Amino acid sequence: MTMKRTFLEDDIAPLATGAWILGTGGGGSPYVSALNMRELCRSGHSVEVIDAGDLDDDDLVAVVSGMGAPLVGQERLRDPVLLGRAVTAMEDYLGQSFRAVMNLEIGGGNAFASFLAAAATGKPVVDADAMGRAYPEAQMTSFAIGGLTMYPLSLVDVRDNEVIVTKAASWKWMERISRRVCTEVGSTAATCKAPRTGREVRQWGIHGTVTQAIALGRAVQKARAAHADPIEAVLAHAGGVALFKGKVVDVDRVTSGGFLRGKAYVEGLGDDRGTRLEMGFQNEWAIAMRDGVAIGMTPDLLCLLDTVSGEAIGTETVRYGQRVNLIALPAPQILKTPAGLEAVGPRAFGYDLDYKSVFS
Amino acid sequence: MKRIGIDVGGTNTDAAMVDGDTIVATVKVPTSEDVMSGVRTALDAVSDARGPGNGPIDAVMIGTTHFTNAIVERARLERIAVIRIALPSGRSLPPLIDWPDDLRRCVDPMMFMVHGGHEYDGRALVEMRDDEVRDAARAIRDAGITAIAISALFSPLTSQCERRAADLVREILPNARITLSHTLGRIGLLERENVAALNATLQELGRRTVKAFDDALATAGIDAPFFLTQNDGTVALASIAAENPVHCFASGPTNSMRGAAFLTGENDAMVVDVGGTTSDIGCLSGGFPREANNIVHVGGVRTLFRMPDLLPIALGGGTIVDAKTGAIGPRSVGYRITQDSLVFGGETLTTSDIGVAAGLVEMGDHDRVKGLDPAFVSQTLTRLREMVADGFDRMKISAESIPLIAVGGGAFLVSDTVAGASKVIRTENAGTANALGAAMAQVSGEVDQVFSRMSRENAIAEAESAARTNAVAAGAREETLSTLEIEDIPIAYLRDNARRVRVRVIGDIDFGGAG
Repeated sequence: MTMKRTFLEDDIAPLATGAWILGTGGGGSPYVSALNMRELCRSGHSVEVIDAGDLDDDDLVAVVSGMGAPLVGQERLRDPVLLGRAVTAMEDYLGQSFRAVMNLEIGGGNAFASFLAAAATGKPVVDADAMGRAYPEAQMTSFAIGGLTMYPLSLVDVRDNEVIVTKAASWKWMERISRRVCTEVGSTAATCKAPRTGREVRQWGIHGTVTQAIALGRAVQKARAAHADPIEAVLAHAGGVALFKGKVVDVDRVTSGGFLRGKAYVEGLGDDRGTRLEMGFQNEWAIAMRDGVAIGMTPDLLCLLDTVSGEAIGTETVRYGQRVNLIALPAPQILKTPAGLEAVGPRAFGYDLDYKSVFS
Repeated sequence: MKRIGIDVGGTNTDAAMVDGDTIVATVKVPTSEDVMSGVRTALDAVSDARGPGNGPIDAVMIGTTHFTNAIVERARLERIAVIRIALPSGRSLPPLIDWPDDLRRCVDPMMFMVHGGHEYDGRALVEMRDDEVRDAARAIRDAGITAIAISALFSPLTSQCERRAADLVREILPNARITLSHTLGRIGLLERENVAALNATLQELGRRTVKAFDDALATAGIDAPFFLTQNDGTVALASIAAENPVHCFASGPTNSMRGAAFLTGENDAMVVDVGGTTSDIGCLSGGFPREANNIVHVGGVRTLFRMPDLLPIALGGGTIVDAKTGAIGPRSVGYRITQDSLVFGGETLTTSDIGVAAGLVEMGDHDRVKGLDPAFVSQTLTRLREMVADGFDRMKISAESIPLIAVGGGAFLVSDTVAGASKVIRTENAGTANALGAAMAQVSGEVDQVFSRMSRENAIAEAESAARTNAVAAGAREETLSTLEIEDIPIAYLRDNARRVRVRVIGDIDFGGAG
C-alpha cells in the first residue's frame, strides 16, 4: 500500500518541537534547520514523504545528517545545498542514483536533514530514521546494530571540499575517521552515510519516526493552544511515563573525548518534594537517578521538558532554576535487543548497570 | 559627589538626587507625551530640593525606554544596510531572515553577503573579498543610507574581518555610522547580526535622544557629564551610549534592581519590581542583575547579548480584577489608574483597590472599596501573592532561602512572607528605586570568547585581563575594578581543550579631573 504525502510549511513547527523532544537533550536545536525549511517551502519547494514499505528491495536510499559541534552550527548556518551535495557526491562515487533520502537521527535539528537534502535534490523522504531519537556516534544506529556495512561515507563542506571514506574497519573506525575530517573542515559538515538498500531500510530502519515527531509536536501545540498541560499531552500521545517533577538546582559540565558530559541536579517539587534527581548526560540524557536509585536509563528516551511550555530542554541549555518534568518515552525495539544494548545500553555510556526499562 | 538619576518609564518619570550615599530628594512625575517636558519637570523638582549654595551636580544618569519603544512600535527607525562576511557559508539564510515582516518593512534593509569570515579556531574560512565589500559600500552610498551593520563569521573570536570591512566602507562613505556585530553580540550569527541591525536602525534616534536630554539638562542649568544606563546595571557616557542604543533596552528593570541593592545593602537577593502593568522578577548577584544566557526576544526579534535575566509577570498595581470571577489580569488600566480604579473614583476594580480594601496601602478614597466582600478581597489577595511567590521560586537559582526585595509602586501587593524567601524587604524609597539605581550606577567591561589550546586557569586569566581593558575603555577607574562574574563552559566536539569563557568586571566611574 502506498502512503505518499507532502510535507508542508505547516508541519515545520510541530516537527521542530517533536524532534527536539525526541532528541532527549541532544541532537542540536532545530531552529536553523527549521528556518531553512521554511524558506524552501516559501520559495515553492515541496517534499514528498514515503513509507519504508514503498521501497523496492534494490532501491538505494541516502542516509543524511549534519555533523559537528552545535556551537559551530550557530555560526556556520546549515545550508540545504550542502546536504544535497553530500548526496550527489555519493551518487557520483557509486555511479548510481538514490531513490530517496532518509534521516540518520530524528532527534534534534537533524530531523530536518533529510527534508533539506530532499528539497535540494528533488527526491522523496523516507518516513524512518536509524535511531528513533538522538545519539552521538555512528555505531549507535539501528544499521550498526544490524551489522550492516558502514561504508562508503561522503562528507562535504562549504568550500567545495568533498571526502569519500571508501572503507572503514568498523563502525567505530568510521566514526573516528569521519569525525577527524569534520573537525578539519571547521567542525561542521554535511554527510551522506553508507547507502542503504530498500530491503535494509525495511528490515533495519526505525519506521514512521517523521510522522511520529510531527504528531508529537502537534499534540504539544494543541495542548498549549487549549491552555492544557503539554506534558500530559506528550505522555498521552506517546505512551510515556512521568518520572519526576522539579527544579534544576545545579549543572556540572565537562568535555571529554569530544563529548559534553556531566550531570544536572533537580530538586523535587509537588509529589517529588524532598527528593533529588541526578541526570547523567553524554550529549543526550543517559541516566536518571532519584536519591541514588536509577529510575530511567538509555535506550529508553529520557526527555527533560519545560513544565509550562512542554518544550524540550537540552543538555547544553539546561540551567539553574528551570522548572522541569522528566518523562520517559519507549525506545524502539531494536535498541533493546542484546546487540542494541551493547551499542546504546547504560554500559555503552559508562554506567555499570543492567538495562531495566521504565516500561517493563 | 552629587548625582542625579532619572528613569523614564512608560508611565512615570522618576528622578533622584544622591549626595555620596545619601538620598537628597526623589520625585515621580507622569511621563509626558513628548517625554522631555516630563524629564524637565523631574529635573527641576530634584534640583529645587538641592537648596541654594549646595554646589554643582557632578553627574546625571538617565535610563530610558525610548529605544525599546521605537522597536516595539516600529516607529522612528532609520533605513539600514547589512553586510555579512561569511560566504560561502550561510547563503541560504540571509540577514534578518526571521524578523517580523512589519519590522523588516519599516527598516527596509539593503543586504549584502560577501566572502570571508573565520572559523572557531581562528583560521580564515576563505579569503575575504575586499572588492565585494567596496561594491556593497558604493551601492549603500548610492541609496543614501548611512547606518550600517556589519557581521562576520565567528567575529566574537576573531574580529579582523568586521574591522577591515568597516575601514573599506569608510573609504567610500566617510560619514557612515557602523555597528560591528562583535562589539555587541555573542556566538550565534543570526542573533548577533540581529542585535547589530537593531542597533544600526536606532542610530539617528540615539543621536536625537541624547541631544534632547542635553537640551533638557542645559535648560535646567545643569552642566555635568551625562550618562545613559545600560542593560547590565552600569552606565556609559551618553555620547558613547548613543552609538549603542541596544544596550539601553532593559535599563528600566535593571535600574530598579540596582536601586534595590543600594537601598537595602543586599547584594545577593531576588528583586520583584511591581509596576503598573507588569512585575519584573530578577536576581541580584554581587549587587548586579544576573545576565540572561539565552535568547531574548525584542520586538519579535531573536537576540543574544547582554540582557538581564528577567521574568515578567502580568501583575501590577493597575491590573484589572474581574469583580465576578476574581480573575486577575492580564489587562491593566496602566497609567489611567488615577482615573479608572475604584479608589480614584473610576469604575474598574484593580489590584490597587484590593490592596486598599485589605488595608495594605493608603491611596484615593478608601470608602469607595468598603462595599467589597472581605472574603473576596482576601481570596484575591492570596491568589495574586501566589503569582509573585511562583515567579520568585522560578527565578531562584538554589534551594537555599534568599532575601526578596519588593520595589516599585505596587510593592505593597507582595506578602510579608514568601515561601523560600529568608525575608521580604521593603524600603522607604521603593517607588523610586529605579532612579536611585541609575544614580548609583558603575561602569563594566565584559568578555565572552572561546579559548583553546590553554588550561582553564589561563583561559580565565586571559579573559579577565581583556574584560578589565574593556572596562577602562568604557570609563572605569582601573584601581576600583573588581570581577563580578566568571562562567566557563567546555565545548563539545572541539579539540584543543576549547571552552567558552565569559567574564565581567565592574568599577567606579572615572571622572578624571572633574571627579
